[in-house]
This record gives sequence, structure tokens and C-alpha cells, in this order.
Amino acid sequence: MSVDFFYPEYEIVRDQNRCISCRVCERQCANCVHAFDEASGKMYADDSKCVNCHRCVSLCPTRALKIVKSGNTFKTNSNWTNDYMKEIYRQANSGGVLLSSMGNPADFPVYWDKILINASQVTNPSIDPLREPMETRTFLGKKPAKIERDCDGNIITKMEPNLELALPVLFGGMSYGAISYNAHASLAQAAKACGTFYNTGEGGLHKDFYQYGANTIVQVASGRFGVYKDYLNAGAAIEIKIGQGAKPGIGGHLPGLKIVGDISQTRMIPQGTDAISPAPHHDIYSIEDLHQLVYSLKEATDYQKPIIVKIAAVHNVAAIASGVARSGADIIAIDGFRGGTGAAPTRIRDNVGIPIELALASVDQRLRDEGIRGNISVICGGSIRNSTDVVKAIALGADAVYIATAALLAMGCHLCRSCHTGNCNWGIATQKPELVKRLNPEIATQRLINLLNAWEHEITEIMGGMGINSIEALRGNRLMLRGIGLTEKELEILGIKHAGE
Amino acid sequence: MNINARGLHFKDLNAQVRAAAARDIVIDNCLGQRYIGSGLAGKNLVINGLPGNALGAYLDGSQIKVYGNTQEATGDTMNEGEIVIYGDAGDATGYAMRGGRIFVQGNSGYRTGIHMKEYQDKIPVVVIGGRVGSFLGEYQAGGVIVVLGIGQSGQLPVGYFTGTGMHGGKIFLRTDFEPEGLPPQVICREATAEDKQQILGYVQDFCAYFGGEPQQLLAPKFYVLLPNTKNPYKQLYVNN
Repeated sequence: MSVDFFYPEYEIVRDQNRCISCRVCERQCANCVHAFDEASGKMYADDSKCVNCHRCVSLCPTRALKIVKSGNTFKTNSNWTNDYMKEIYRQANSGGVLLSSMGNPADFPVYWDKILINASQVTNPSIDPLREPMETRTFLGKKPAKIERDCDGNIITKMEPNLELALPVLFGGMSYGAISYNAHASLAQAAKACGTFYNTGEGGLHKDFYQYGANTIVQVASGRFGVYKDYLNAGAAIEIKIGQGAKPGIGGHLPGLKIVGDISQTRMIPQGTDAISPAPHHDIYSIEDLHQLVYSLKEATDYQKPIIVKIAAVHNVAAIASGVARSGADIIAIDGFRGGTGAAPTRIRDNVGIPIELALASVDQRLRDEGIRGNISVICGGSIRNSTDVVKAIALGADAVYIATAALLAMGCHLCRSCHTGNCNWGIATQKPELVKRLNPEIATQRLINLLNAWEHEITEIMGGMGINSIEALRGNRLMLRGIGLTEKELEILGIKHAGE
Repeated sequence: MNINARGLHFKDLNAQVRAAAARDIVIDNCLGQRYIGSGLAGKNLVINGLPGNALGAYLDGSQIKVYGNTQEATGDTMNEGEIVIYGDAGDATGYAMRGGRIFVQGNSGYRTGIHMKEYQDKIPVVVIGGRVGSFLGEYQAGGVIVVLGIGQSGQLPVGYFTGTGMHGGKIFLRTDFEPEGLPPQVICREATAEDKQQILGYVQDFCAYFGGEPQQLLAPKFYVLLPNTKNPYKQLYVNN
């Protein structure tokens, strides 16, 4: 129906003086936007199919293309925005639940950008990280509450299993299925090279990647896809996924169309069957039940692996984290409401959950107040965008951070937020062989390594500026932070002073 | 070898089971110890008493016989092997199991066989002698669940919400009455001789463990529940 026609949101502008009709754009676009007109010998574009992924712009040899936001608009209305109107039309046409990808793009406050970092002047000299050793090594897991000695008076050094990271940054969970084989290969190799970890998500572990087990976190989600003893023992740690920042409280459906070939094998389900992850784990209805899953996994892996429990940042996150810390879990991962996803209902992605900054601060404070902070390490994610976000997160109390969207960007993602269509032109969020091969794992691995190396330089530089030479001394050190333009309540929750105080 | 579980913490008991060189292990005086046989492969375990939650979780090819009842989440995410229970089983029996078989002489609790799945040659089987609680086979994606309703005089041997979200596998109910209120994606029909032939082997094994006559058990009316689609959510979404 004509009412369902939307004038394209983005327009492709082609400089005909530069275009040489080489048809690269046509070959590169899986959405079939570009076409060559034999009669006129010119290239044309159907803007309505464009997702603004910039593949054609990047590969055009003569820089003839750019994509601009369309000027077309409905009558301006601050209440009924263009997006809300279009969503009504889409649902009126289909009766469907609105589906989107990647993190919440809405205009909510980003607290990272309202926090400023301290530096030393005169009284406490800053440190030059190029000349002096800086320690960024991080251990995740339970820490002993006191020193214990054996009957001969020797210190007992047997520790609970910990993960050792060269830098407090890990790659967050993204399943093989949501992202491609080449993307997984790149993450695994980069994690190994950088002395950190990548995370399988809930899609199981491809047999080719068992070799990276020492740098792999394997996930156990409600669907239990691909979970069996060898898988549990393959990784360095096991993550129980309770929730995800992009879609707290709901499960996941990977459509049967995407359960093909290797995806079917690693998930251990038949081809063409929907992979349904129920909203809850149906063996976990309480903290006591969570304790049970934690210990059944510890038993299955002979107490050799730390167990991570990943939850979404929701209203009562501090109380929930307190329960998780008492469940026997070694690490809690908290995912903020801006965390990414391969597909989530729009309404949930954009309205459910809370910012990670507030969640992290309140969890760290609660665990300290209750005297159980040493029981558990805290990883935060959703979304960490740069090295100062990492520094601020550590100072707010995180032991380490998960990055996922940032890692995808490093590999070439342009955040067009169309992952759920399976037509990723950058070869990341797709399973189509002709698209997957566009992502060169060697190059993508190097780009991920470059990103982490750059962040490490920046982090040590900032630490040095504060006169801190060990990441341990930054952890939970909220005196190093000041808020800017925040209310008293926000400052109270973040546990920081206002700039100038 | 024999292990006396009296007063043993589950960690110590399970460490002994893992360390045991013997293939055949008997656990006596079991009382609530959890996670027995977690991920265990290649053993024959006999348990006298009452094992705790998550018995045989991630089981990877062992036989566990329980002379007594079991508690919650027996055979959780089990991959291969067999669990035989001479008694009743608790809630969430066989949750997310992908392979192997569970036989229960008596009843089983709520959420039995929920999210069972199958893959290639792995087809999990749960056979319950008596009746089960609500949510039987919720989210079932594969495998076979048989509820024999022995001693139920043909009454329906299941609670409410059977097969909600089911998108694979088969449920057999030995009953005179068709369950009511089934979700739209579940087909329910009377079992044919061919259907019964499919579960004959399982019923024979059930009778071998617990007694009874397979043909006699299979003679009365059975209903079969099947999903009518393996893609129940195909039409649910619109691209935004």
C-alpha cells in the first residue's frame, strides 16, 4: 500500500564527473542498491534499499560516492517523531514485532562523557610510562579474604582459579551465527596475541577454534546450544548468560534460515530448526538455583575454571549482584543498556535496562558495603567506546571491561545496525560465504591487536598522569573522577564529587 | 568399588567418584549430595538413597541407577548415557538434554523434558512410568518423551501447559483423554500402530528395568503430540 512507502532515509550522492562506471559499488552491495544502465552507460542507485553501511563509499576507486541524510521529512513534531510514525506504519502493515540490531541509539545521557579524570600537578608527581614500568596485568576471580598458613607456618598459596589478563579488556560474547567464522577467527587470534580472552556467545565453539581454548570464554545460555563436556573443558572460563544489556529479560530466536552448515554443527541442533533460547534458564528461578548451576559446572570441570555470571544492568542490579556474589560465581559481568546485539526487539532495546555507569557504581558500592567485594570480580560492558571509558570504568570499580561493538568497528563494522538482515557487506554479521570472505582474518586480527595496543598506551599514559603505576591502584579509586553537569543524585549514585569540589 | 556417602560433602563425594579407577561404583547412604556424576563418562554408578539436585548433569556416557527418588534437574544438559530411577524424579528432569535416556519408574515433577533437543544420531529419550506435572516438554526441540500413566486408570497423566513453545520432537501420552488447551503450534492425534512401534524399544527397556509387559502397556490408547512447525516465530518480526 502506498502508505507503506517511505522516502529513503539516506540518499546516495554520485558525482557523475568522477564515476567511471567500473561497477565496483554494484558488486559490493549485497542489498542490490547499485545498478548499471546499459543504455546510458551510467550507474544508478535505489536509495530505498540502502542501509548506509558505507561499503560502496569506502571501495569506490574515484571517491565518486557519498551518503547523506535525506531531507525528506514528515511534518515536524517533537512528540510524533519521524521514527515513531514509521514504526506505526510498519506494524500496521505487518502485525510484527519491530526488530533492530546493535546498541540502543537513542538520546539518553552517556555518563562516561560527563565524568572527568584527574591528573597530578606538583605535589604528587606524574609518571612517564615510556620510561617507567606500568602494570596493567589483571586477575579475575575470587581473591583470598585473609592470609592462611599451614601447620608449619607457611603461607597457603593455593588460590581459586583466576583469569590472567595483560590488559583489563576482554572481547564480549558474540555467537558464531550472529557473527561470521572469519570474525570469530579474528577475535580468537587477537585475544591470544594480546593475552586476553574472547567469548563464544551462546552459539557453541567451532572445532577449528578449540586451539584457542586458553584464550576462550565459553558461554552457557538458556538454550544450552553446543554445551557438552568437551566444550565446557575447552575454555579458560565458563560464562552463564542470564541476560544481555540490549534485551534484558527476554530470550533469543536465531531463525532456522540461519541454522545451516557449521552453525548447525557448533550449536548441535538440526539444520533449519529455530534456535530458541528461553527467556529464563528453566533450572534457575532463584539465587539458590543459580548456585546449583554454578556448582554443577564447577563439578563438571573439576573446579579448574572460574565461572562468570553475565547479567543485564536493570533497576535492582545491586541487589542481584549481591546474590550472584553469594552464588559461588567467581566473576560477574554486567551489561549496560547500550550493549550491542545481532537482533533485538526495538522497543526492548530502546527502553529496558539502565546505563552501565550507574549500574557499575552501585554494584561496586553494594558489594563493598556488604564486605563481599573480594568474593567476585566485576566485568562491565555495554558500551565501552575508548580507553578513557576503560579508565573511568576501572575507577568506578570494574576489574575489567568487555568490548564488543568496539571490536566489530575495529574489524570494519560501520554501525549500520542491520545485522539481523544477514546481509553484512563487511563480512562480519553474515553467514553468506561470498560476504564472509570479504573479512580477511589476518587483517582483522591485526586491527584488533592495534586497537588494544593503542588503548594500552593511552591507559598507561592516563595512569601515569594521575601518578598511578598499577591498574590495581586505580581500581575503585573514585577520587580520580569528577562529574560535570550532573545532579546531586547522579553524583551520589556514581560516588564521585562534582568538578571543582 | 563402594563409597559410603554418609556425612560426606558433595565435593568430597564427587571427587572420590572422579578419582575412582573402578568402572563400577556403588554409592551407599546417599542423602542429598548434589551434582553426582556431573559430566561423567565411561562409568556405571549405582546410588542407594536420595541423590541431590543436578544428578548426572552434562552426563557424557555413563549409566546411573538410582534406588530411591531423585531431586531437581536430573540429567540437566545430558549428552549421552542412561539414568534409571527406581522411584520418582523431581522437577526439570532432563532439562535441555541432547542425548541419552532417562527412565523413571514413578512420577516426575514440573517442567519434565523441557527444551530437549536432538542432533544427528543423538536422540534423547525420557520415559516416565507414572504421571508428570505441568509444562511437560516446554520448548521441546527434539527427542522423545513417553508418559505411561501407569496406575492412572486412563486419566490424563500430565498437568497444564504441555508442549508450550514446542518446535521439534514427539511426546507420547498413554491416556484415554486428549489434553486440553494445547498451544496452536502443537498437533495432537491418537497414536497409530506405527507410532507405537517407534517407542516399542523404549517401553521394552522400561519393562526390563521395572517389570511389566511391553505389549500390554502399549495396548491402550495413546496420544501423540507433535509440533506443526520447526520455525514457530517466523512471522513474528518486522524489520525496523
